[in-house]
Amino acid sequence: MTAYIIRRLMQSAAVVLAMSVIVFLGLHVVGDPVYLLIDPQADQAEIERTIRRLGLDQPIWIQYFHFIKGALTGDLGTSFVHGTSALKLIVERMPATLEIAIAATLMSIFIGIPLGLYAGLKPNGFISKSIMATSILGFSLPTFWVGIMMIMVFAVMLGWLPSTGRGPTATFLGITSSLFTIDGLRHVAMPALNLALLKISLVIRLTRAGTREAIHQDYIKFARAKGVSMGRIVGVHLLKNIMIPVVTVLGLEFGNLIAFSVVTETIFAWPGMGKLLIDSIQTLDRPVIVAYLIIIVLLFVIINLVVDILYSVLDPRVRIGEKAT
Amino acid sequence: MTGPDQRAKEPTLAVDGLATHFFTKAGVVKAVDGVSLHVDPGEILGLVGESGSGKSITGFSILGLIDPPGRIVEGSIRYKGRELTTASDEELRSLRGDRIAMIFQDPMMTLNPVLRIDTQMIETVRVHHRVSKAEALERARAALAEVGIPSPESRLKNYPHELSGGMRQRVAIAIAFINKPDLIIADEPTTALDVTIQAQILAEAQALCARTGTAMIWITHDLAVVSSLADRIAVMYAGRIVETGRTADVVNAPRHPYTRGLINSVPSHNVRGRRLAQIPGMTPSLINLPKGCAFRTRCPQAIDACLEPPPISAIGPGREVRCFNPVRDPQSATAEAAP
Repeated sequence: MTAYIIRRLMQSAAVVLAMSVIVFLGLHVVGDPVYLLIDPQADQAEIERTIRRLGLDQPIWIQYFHFIKGALTGDLGTSFVHGTSALKLIVERMPATLEIAIAATLMSIFIGIPLGLYAGLKPNGFISKSIMATSILGFSLPTFWVGIMMIMVFAVMLGWLPSTGRGPTATFLGITSSLFTIDGLRHVAMPALNLALLKISLVIRLTRAGTREAIHQDYIKFARAKGVSMGRIVGVHLLKNIMIPVVTVLGLEFGNLIAFSVVTETIFAWPGMGKLLIDSIQTLDRPVIVAYLIIIVLLFVIINLVVDILYSVLDPRVRIGEKAT
Repeated sequence: MTGPDQRAKEPTLAVDGLATHFFTKAGVVKAVDGVSLHVDPGEILGLVGESGSGKSITGFSILGLIDPPGRIVEGSIRYKGRELTTASDEELRSLRGDRIAMIFQDPMMTLNPVLRIDTQMIETVRVHHRVSKAEALERARAALAEVGIPSPESRLKNYPHELSGGMRQRVAIAIAFINKPDLIIADEPTTALDVTIQAQILAEAQALCARTGTAMIWITHDLAVVSSLADRIAVMYAGRIVETGRTADVVNAPRHPYTRGLINSVPSHNVRGRRLAQIPGMTPSLINLPKGCAFRTRCPQAIDACLEPPPISAIGPGREVRCFNPVRDPQSATAEAAP
């Protein structure tokens, strides 16, 4: 197991390295940040000075070499725009994004799985059909539209929830988050639900499909023949068998939620990482973009590793680390 | 017909006129259509028939495990005098696995792949009896030892995929026997196993029944299997029992043409070099059964009377056949039947 994790981490390092090359080269093709940064009135000498200050006068491989050297010491470059560490900028924004990502993932687990189970166990009932029909809406309605509608209904018309921004934070067990205050939760509710809608639909469909398949298996019938109660059959025999695809999807979607919840963050003016990325792309703030993407790659690598380890917990037939490949 | 009141001791299970139909879009499938049978304590009844004859559905009906669109439409199932067709779900659940257990056909599919053997055995004990986990574990260990599993202690910690097919079926049998039930319904439990394992399992099941006094209904399509195992045989065709009797009587002197056809098609009964005897045609669709006797269209000795459904008639002590024109002299009939 330990050997497996070490091997996986080494593979991940290679992925991160390859990724950094692609991003670094790619960004040098799309426009020159210098002309966005400096005063249009500046003279040639001023421009030259700025280029030299940002290190853009060097050949690209030298720039890349400097970047890697910095990265190995934990310095992912300095923002052109803000003049501060790119890593620090991202880390500052991270808690806000993690909050809505975690809230949305919890919603998809605690709403999606029970509804999916119900729809799978009673596929012909009116309620099940309604659940499935609604999940199609969850899939197909565009996020931005749903977000705007939610603000219309819950903030403007009903006035139940605040329309934008992040609420006050509180510190609990050393973690500072707005999830620990009532007003903070009120602020989180709408953006999180907006993000969760698609994931809930996805989890409902996966759970239902898994349930429909598993319920006809002999081991379920055998469990019934043993006199096991329906509650235990569903909660233990069935659920453990259908969790694998659900965990896979939730893991990948959690990564997506953190990295690319740009639309929702924009609509709800949520001060998260997604908004930082968009702003940085608009100003061609190369160091921030590179740092952001590298952190996201690391995040996905870690999530995938956790999902793989969860597999072996859920399914005894998957034994990590035994195969030598 | 011998009713249960005429017998000295109460049978463990008495099924009378059971009909289980499936209401599908294509029509009503009469999977079981008037089955009557009984099993006495400690007795092994072989329920024989080809695929689709309704033998498995009979087993599931007894346990109350028929799911929609299927339904028991008629008849009674009495376990020790208790009527099961009208029993509540909870009553049936408390009987299942405790008093009436079942073994399934495919050992690769019956154990839950993600739960350890001990989990699956302990729950079988603890849903029916208020015992400690340690006590349940001890019973599980004893049950595994009982079915001839070496080092049961360590097998308990295994997952199903770590065991062979034969081993898994032994575990399933151990689970069936763990609460010392009065009746076990074994649905082709050796079909998926190879011949040597099959013989071992048969011997073990027989010994277990004798030792514990458990009655058993052994469902199979293989006459050779039950002829060495069962005390009595009931032959099923198209949802009905066509012949019953003591094993030796049925095997040596079959009276129903279908039973005779089954026995003739066992390879060891055929002369070397001669073509294997077979029953012409195939099982009729259960949605659209032939009028009268369901076997009529495949029967070499059908007569005009067969257009009416034949009643089951007693032809000896505990011997019944459902035929207007039963086989008179089974020995000569064997020769006749071969073309």
